[in-house]
Amino acid sequence: MLLLIQYMLIFASVLVLVALGGCFSEHSGVINIGLEGIMVMGALGGALMMKYIPAGLAAPLVILLVILASVLIGMLFSLLLGVAAIRFNADQTLVGTALNLLGPAAAVVLVRAINTAESVDNVSSTIAYGHAKKAFIMNIGKFEFNWFMLLALFILIVAYIVLYKTKFGLRLCACGEHPQAADSVGINVYKMRYAGVLISGALGGLGGLVYITAGVSEWKFENGVAGFGFLALAVMIFGQWKPINIGLAALLFGLFRALSNVYTGFDALVALKLPSTVYNMLPYIISLIVLVFVSKKSRAPKAEGIPYDKGQR
Amino acid sequence: MSNQQKKKESLLRNSAFQTIIASFLCIIIGILIGYVVLLIINPRGAGQAIMAILKNYFYYPSAVAVTKYLGTTLVKASALLMCSLSVLFAYKVGLFNIGAAGQYVIGAGASLYLAVQFDMPWYICLIAAVVAAAVVGGVSGFLKAYFNVNEVISCIMLNWIGLYSVNMLLTKIKDQSTPYTKTLTSSNRTALLPNAGLDKLFANNEFVTIGIVLAVIMAILVWVLLEKTKFGYELKATGLNKNAAKYCGMHEKRNIILTMIIAGGLAGFGAGIFYLTGIEQWMVQQTTVPAMGFNGIAAAFLGGSNPIGAIFSSYFIQHITSGGTYVDKTMYCTQISDLISAFIIYLCGFVLFFKIWLNRFLNKREEKRLLNEQKGGEA
Repeated sequence: MLLLIQYMLIFASVLVLVALGGCFSEHSGVINIGLEGIMVMGALGGALMMKYIPAGLAAPLVILLVILASVLIGMLFSLLLGVAAIRFNADQTLVGTALNLLGPAAAVVLVRAINTAESVDNVSSTIAYGHAKKAFIMNIGKFEFNWFMLLALFILIVAYIVLYKTKFGLRLCACGEHPQAADSVGINVYKMRYAGVLISGALGGLGGLVYITAGVSEWKFENGVAGFGFLALAVMIFGQWKPINIGLAALLFGLFRALSNVYTGFDALVALKLPSTVYNMLPYIISLIVLVFVSKKSRAPKAEGIPYDKGQR
Repeated sequence: MSNQQKKKESLLRNSAFQTIIASFLCIIIGILIGYVVLLIINPRGAGQAIMAILKNYFYYPSAVAVTKYLGTTLVKASALLMCSLSVLFAYKVGLFNIGAAGQYVIGAGASLYLAVQFDMPWYICLIAAVVAAAVVGGVSGFLKAYFNVNEVISCIMLNWIGLYSVNMLLTKIKDQSTPYTKTLTSSNRTALLPNAGLDKLFANNEFVTIGIVLAVIMAILVWVLLEKTKFGYELKATGLNKNAAKYCGMHEKRNIILTMIIAGGLAGFGAGIFYLTGIEQWMVQQTTVPAMGFNGIAAAFLGGSNPIGAIFSSYFIQHITSGGTYVDKTMYCTQISDLISAFIIYLCGFVLFFKIWLNRFLNKREEKRLLNEQKGGEA
């Protein structure tokens, strides 16, 4: 049971971070389908930092550096979407999809290049980061507490405040609802949209880092992040683009994802004799069902996905 | 103004011609970026590696091997073509069918299961692949039409659900000692697509079947359906403006569902004509969706979302994907070609902007010339 809660919390942390990223981007008016790719790149940044960081460093410094690496890489990568979608009016779904393919491909190419450079026979796409990962974990009894859980909660609260209680957040939302109106009162829509995309890049990258450090101490980049970027989008829609609801939705999805890891620990579930594949499918099936119920009266930002053209005011 | 100049101008203004230029630009820039990445990884063998990718089967010295591997590339390209048709068909109706990958998986599962478990002949297996994939596509369409579920997200969820279910299903017909399904040659030869003499053309490459021809015919059929029929017109109208289409008395919900059914069927057909050649067996422990469907997106947009263009772009994408296997593996990895095709998709996002920019440039030039002519007249 404790294990279930532990996994649920860590997966929920991933989902909440990435979904909030998507939320900021969509509130600014840019659909970020590319979160999956951004997660992989962020994970790569963090993993490389953990690999090369000297062993003796103090834990807080390790945490800070690793997080910084994945956030920065995530932001840089999201700029690809930002520039294409905001400056060049590209189809956001198309560019987002390109990021999703680009992220894993680039990560695999890079990791393999690094591994092969170290030894010619090593053609794997795995990075091991056992020693640095310990900095993120604290054992409370049997419960493996991960600092990321606290961080996710903190970011959730900050996101709520930023989005609803600050000038910046309200302006951001205006750009996603009615950019022409926002522009008419002197808000720079392009800048706001860049801000939204960059925030989503930062949170997406961070989410990727949390994903690969959840449980394992090495990551094979060929696996990517198994559709978590899209699950996060489902969480965002289920949460109706509101931070608090997103947090609750992430907990629910995290629970179902955790079940596939630990269902063998529950006699009742083992007695059902379902193949383990069913549990692997569960989060995706649940999210489909959930989407059916909540999409009808969707509160999506009205101008999302539409390139802003100043001339069309 | 000379006639010749006018002709050149109108060619540049031709939308189809602009698309072709844009696609070539995407390819060139994509390959350049790939080259730069190779240079960064290891400058010593970069030139050789990029040539290996571009050469693909020309890597072999003998003409027999070249024709044989040309055949293999064509078989893979035909499956890719079907996936790209699936993507572009949906895109014409304003839907982004990222689920082509999952529909392809379902098609593979249905056709292989019927072939090995029930000893069905190839045409039954092929139909099963189409129907099963069409149903999955239809689910996304139904959810979009009646529940407003974003088709991209439902498609991704179905991709994963499809992958796990097919793994589960095909474990039943798995070979005892390997994680792969039983080969069609050993279990059921009637399920293999007929060669119809085509294998002779490609140095007895047994995998070259009527599938290649069928794929090209499908591309032409899709073009006819979209451009020359009332149904295609309705579909495109629905894509351009759902509400206007509804206002004109078109059944916009039915059209969305039908589109996704057809798109799914096309992807399933691609899986059928690929796996029923016996070229590859299904690995039942797969943890990622096969790249075919995603590469289909690249091919669809590189071909200017035109079915005829897709024939060429699918071949090209498959050519570099296969070419990736020939790079020097002591320095690079095969995924470099995935990286290049991903960059090409990314660049395809700029095509619209490129066209607008080109037209603006042409207009400016025209204006200037007219102004000059006027001045010349006054003087």
